[in-house]
Amino acid sequence: MIVRFWGTRGSIPVALTSVDIRDKIVQALMKASGRTFATTEEAYAFARDELSFSVKATFGGHSSCVELDLGGDEYYVCDMGSGARPFGSHVLARQQGRPATVNVFISHVHWDHIMGFPFLGPAYVPGMKIRIHGCHDILEHAFRLQQSPPCFPVEFDFMAADKEFVQLTPGKKYEIGGLSVTPALQLHSGDSYGYRFEVAGKTVVYSTDSEHKLDDGSEVKRIADFFREADVVVFDAMYALADAISVKADWGHSSNVVGVELCQKALAKHLVLFHHEPANNDATLERLLVETQRFEELTREGPLLKVSSAFDGLEIEL
Amino acid sequence: MALSSTVSGNALILSLTGRLDQDNCDKFREELAVHQATSERDRLAVVLDLSGLEYVSSAGLRCFMLACKQAKSYNGRIVVAALQPMVAEIFQISRFDMLLNVFPSVAAAVSDVTSNPFGAKK
Repeated sequence: MIVRFWGTRGSIPVALTSVDIRDKIVQALMKASGRTFATTEEAYAFARDELSFSVKATFGGHSSCVELDLGGDEYYVCDMGSGARPFGSHVLARQQGRPATVNVFISHVHWDHIMGFPFLGPAYVPGMKIRIHGCHDILEHAFRLQQSPPCFPVEFDFMAADKEFVQLTPGKKYEIGGLSVTPALQLHSGDSYGYRFEVAGKTVVYSTDSEHKLDDGSEVKRIADFFREADVVVFDAMYALADAISVKADWGHSSNVVGVELCQKALAKHLVLFHHEPANNDATLERLLVETQRFEELTREGPLLKVSSAFDGLEIEL
Repeated sequence: MALSSTVSGNALILSLTGRLDQDNCDKFREELAVHQATSERDRLAVVLDLSGLEYVSSAGLRCFMLACKQAKSYNGRIVVAALQPMVAEIFQISRFDMLLNVFPSVAAAVSDVTSNPFGAKK
């Protein structure tokens, strides 16, 4: 299985500006000062090996969309943020005209998590099946609403694929295609749901837009059990802890620190920081990753917890 | 986790030792509330001496935040001092160093709160 990140930004998509690009080029030139490159390959090697991530790359700007790639003609994807557009292009390119089934799992229907659906290419292709799974009873209503006049020019029913909404119940385990899927209720305005996916002895937990109150031990245990021994936990780490529990309390998001603590408690193997704050630039997100890795090191009492930060294009092979 | 108190000038110094986490944060909050009532009644600023604190989890940090909020409600002041290197790093990573006044030593904290015991907010 490959976990592939198409959209990792929280709340609203962001884009690099021309000034951002210029600054990255300047930093790269300064780093290369005095160096010459005889070949393009040498220049690529310099960029790959000697530039920091925030200089040579970007965490990216699409809102939430994460694919679990099992191969074959059946697709699995969490959320339909703006990353759903490139995800859809990837499906069409790989299928080469062959029909496919796209299983979508929606955490909740806030706009940043469904805004990409009207741009999902396969949804316009006859013969494609789009199964949209979720625990909210207003799931279909929300999808239709965002494509209703005057908000969008193409109505939901115009999309030619065979579309179906599938209501799930939190806490119940489902077999969907090749995956076992268990949704769990999370604390967020209007509720959100995380998903625990299991296949061939590997477990991936997708848990975004989830606030974790720290005053309820039983709730901490419930979430830790949901994460239990997962190979990968995709975790909403939008805010610093101090903000998440003070000025941004009840905003429905969590922090890198709580992500580490929950994963340590759950004996999870790999924490992936996700749903990045739109105001954070690449340098800030890179620093947050380093700090989170340090926090894990400082507080480790059991096995090593690997910590990564999601970026558009990241692939994790399990 | 253990909490002991002394008074120095305008400061109520609370020395916290051991580990502060999910398992004992309720007990800490209860004990701290008693001291904060004293602080409010006697117009004393609170200096949390963390030189004996070995570890603090997010649940423990939340106790500090709630105490700070409580102090502000009576125009009081609570500061932290003498953090061990590991706890200082946890404060920095969690951004609690932006939320609370942090002093390198108890003496520095006492000096500051003595000159400005109430109403000083970062």
